[in-house]
Amino acid sequence: MLLRHTPEAVAERSALTINPAKTCQPVGAMYAALGVHRCLPHSHGSQGCCAYHRSALTRHYKDPIMATTSSFTEGASVFGGQANMLEALTNIFALYDPEIVAVHTTCLSETIGDDLPQIINKARSEDKIPKGKFVVHANTPSYKGSHVTGYANMVAAFVQYFSRSTGRRTGRINLIPSFVEPSDMSEIKHIASEMGIDFAMFPDTSDVVNGPMDGKFRMYPRGGATREQIEAAGDARLTVALGRVGALPAAKLLDTKCKVPVEALDLPIGVRATDALVETLRKAAGVPVPDSLSLERGQLVDVLCDMSQYTYGRTVSMVGDPDLLVGLVSFCRDAGMRVLHVVTGTNPGPKFERRIKELAGEGVTVRTGLQADMFLFHQLVKGERPDLIMGNTYCKYIARDMDIPLVRVGFPIYDRVGHSYFPVTGYRGGLMLLERVLGAIQDRIDRDAPEESFELVM
Amino acid sequence: MSEKIQAVNAEEFKAETLERYPPKLARKRAKQIVVNEVGPGDAVPEILANSRTAPGILTMRGCSYAGCKGVVLGPTRDILQITHGPIGCGFYSWLTRRNQTRPETADAPNYMPYAMSTDLQEDEIIFGGEKKLKAAIDEAVALFHPKAIGIFATCPVGLIGDDVHAVAREMEAKYPDINIFGFSCEGYKGVSQSAGHHVANNKVFTDVVGLDDEPKPGEWRFNILGEYNIGGDAFEIERLVGLCGMTLHSTFSGNSNYKEFSSAHTADLNVVMCHRSINYLAEMMEKKYGIPWFKVNFVGAEATAKSLRKIASFFRDPALAERVERVVETEMAEVAKVRDEIRARCEGKTAMLFVGGSRAHHYQELLGEIGMVTVAAGYEFAHRDDYEGRKVLPDIVVDADSRNIEELSVEADPERYRPRVGERERTELESGGFALSDYRGMMPEMPAKSLVIDDLNHYELERLIEEYKPDLVCAGIKEKYVVQKRGLPMKQLHSYDYMGPFAGFRGAINFYREIDRLVNSGTFALAKAPWSESPELSASYGHNG
Repeated sequence: MLLRHTPEAVAERSALTINPAKTCQPVGAMYAALGVHRCLPHSHGSQGCCAYHRSALTRHYKDPIMATTSSFTEGASVFGGQANMLEALTNIFALYDPEIVAVHTTCLSETIGDDLPQIINKARSEDKIPKGKFVVHANTPSYKGSHVTGYANMVAAFVQYFSRSTGRRTGRINLIPSFVEPSDMSEIKHIASEMGIDFAMFPDTSDVVNGPMDGKFRMYPRGGATREQIEAAGDARLTVALGRVGALPAAKLLDTKCKVPVEALDLPIGVRATDALVETLRKAAGVPVPDSLSLERGQLVDVLCDMSQYTYGRTVSMVGDPDLLVGLVSFCRDAGMRVLHVVTGTNPGPKFERRIKELAGEGVTVRTGLQADMFLFHQLVKGERPDLIMGNTYCKYIARDMDIPLVRVGFPIYDRVGHSYFPVTGYRGGLMLLERVLGAIQDRIDRDAPEESFELVM
Repeated sequence: MSEKIQAVNAEEFKAETLERYPPKLARKRAKQIVVNEVGPGDAVPEILANSRTAPGILTMRGCSYAGCKGVVLGPTRDILQITHGPIGCGFYSWLTRRNQTRPETADAPNYMPYAMSTDLQEDEIIFGGEKKLKAAIDEAVALFHPKAIGIFATCPVGLIGDDVHAVAREMEAKYPDINIFGFSCEGYKGVSQSAGHHVANNKVFTDVVGLDDEPKPGEWRFNILGEYNIGGDAFEIERLVGLCGMTLHSTFSGNSNYKEFSSAHTADLNVVMCHRSINYLAEMMEKKYGIPWFKVNFVGAEATAKSLRKIASFFRDPALAERVERVVETEMAEVAKVRDEIRARCEGKTAMLFVGGSRAHHYQELLGEIGMVTVAAGYEFAHRDDYEGRKVLPDIVVDADSRNIEELSVEADPERYRPRVGERERTELESGGFALSDYRGMMPEMPAKSLVIDDLNHYELERLIEEYKPDLVCAGIKEKYVVQKRGLPMKQLHSYDYMGPFAGFRGAINFYREIDRLVNSGTFALAKAPWSESPELSASYGHNG
């Protein structure tokens, strides 16, 4: 057994986190910043943070992840990081020519209390920021929240720095996705495009971290939301936030700052959650739903019904990030699956548990926040064995020890490809997810079936 | 070979590269980009190394915590490791270095699949985290009952003044059967992972080695230092040592356990693989216990043969030497079959290696065995001695960043010091060409006019690829896809791209085949679409007319 020391009996812990179901804010901030065109994420701290975040994102996406660091040494940690930040900006603009540098802090620079707005002002007054270039920042202390919080904070920072209200409302709808894959971002755009509505999505990591290999390296790939789009978001008629933890904070800020109303939805995974998005967009934009989307929806429903015998009543335990978990639970409900355990290391606020129970019923065990880790998840799974596990790559240790099929979804996925290209959101993504869930369940049925009842047709 | 290296004028390359830099940065990089020359007595040009990375530069480097927890201690399976800090550091170092391990039994302790952290929150950053750390240790003891616990400090821990060593002492008093020790490896210490190696060496030396005087049974007992069992390298080395009838007492720290560490001082020899990360321990063990050390290299079939022979000749036993020869002969026969076939396809191809504190050196040997030429190489976190050889040690100026890493003063242990070689034997060995306590460095073994670059950054890597057009680049995960987007294959030499082993004879065979796949498979050539060269249609089909 790889996790041979994990006992089934749960003993309360108050201090030790074992096998975390979250990571720290800056990696989420770095990811969000990659979703803005010609934006270079910058980590204000010691260089190990940046190295770890770049490595994690690179392993997950198998694509270049470019980001710089203030490379603090002990001196900077004692005297403050201003000199490092100023030198960094000089070097960054000389060598890498970004349009935007998106600075996120770390536990180091937060603990010493570096004042980023003051440092950025100083850089501007000393002409270290060339004309037409921008430096923005988000406070992302690693000792608060999680990578999802960091993502949310960086997206909000873009709104804070760029979004403007000119007083002239446009018909545009802003779409803000939570921390999801580039494939999911593409799929959400696909839905809005099919409906023919005027929209802008930010951040947008599609065509950034799932770029093609065509013999060229591009420091700034062609994807990403533009600064102009984020600026114009202040004049939009509506913001749709897809995910309460990762997306809503920026949408709320846009409301406060520019009076753009907000509609908060679950991540559109499966039929019902995607329906909610389509309905919201249809009503807000006053457009009919095109046949193409009805077709996609119908195909997903078709397979759900055709294969319901393999999903109905099957039990699932899942671990990951709150917004994704809400969407996945909604998907499981569509498929008639029963969710046993939902675990996230992120503290998602009180609405999360209520929402999960609305979707999965009162019987589901929900654990969130400190010490809601994968060690606990494993213990819960040992206590009540599910038919299927959903979660990130680290779940493979639990899945192997317990011989339970695993569907990989979430962050990080270090050992499989697909998440970059095949979404779980939207009707088409729901079909792809369903295909994987069915594959996992049916492979297990095939493996375990007695010879006499090994089925050709399923 | 030399024409491959001289295809680009290295001096011009350097000058043109520096042009784009702001003046301050250009001055610094000028000392870190060196055109190699090798003179008498291995004289090579001086290189600036172990120096701060300029802020804002896309560097390969990581931090002290990564060097301590990730590199040196990470591969040890039964020292329970708790990261004291916010969650990230513990998360990122969780199984990502792929150090393999093989517990003695199905029940023997193995904590490597567990990432443990105090997951510090804002309140603890404000009011101190020691109380939480103690509670975390209590919880870890109750759940895991370990023999030893290591505590690893992260950046904010040092700043808020949490004393991991005081907590370790206090908790050890509470749990007298458990060896508990802390590492001050805050990420801002030093300039790279290297500082963390030193911190790790010091603590393992003072708090673990020497606690258990029971030697492992067997003849010709030695330790391997600086071998981390990535991709199973240590398993292959263990196999060869076993075939030769020698006894590997402990490996620091691939496939290792606490008992082997604590009794490592009973061995008769230390051989050093990764000089950068572990030379401190070799030096200190020699002073305290009288164990001599020398440099070996198990990367490359020839290098492996040479290293095995060197170890055998140290022990000066004809039967042992004979056994080693038989092993080398058998293994080399297998190696040669694959090597010769692949060499025919790889001969003359060029490579660049920018990795680690030893690998950029070791892997040149392996590439050379299939005829590939290294045109440029450099380390990510090495010091001058790794480039120029230990002969420059007296000349290395200790700067402020290195001064904050403790240099232990070590004396001979009154009871355990036992010189394994006397003065006369030492002289004999050395006059026979045996280099004890020495490392020749990478540069003396690289050809003239090849480029040596310390702490290579993204911009320079791009320049190198554009000007030198190598057939292969070797570096780490952050560089991997930057290189491959160009249609140029890239080999990770930290993680081996989840393959291996690459050490020893079987590892050499694996590596030849892997490089053959990379440079000859043809898949990378698909990067260019057939229409990319002539996007305008020059002819049209009949129905047009």
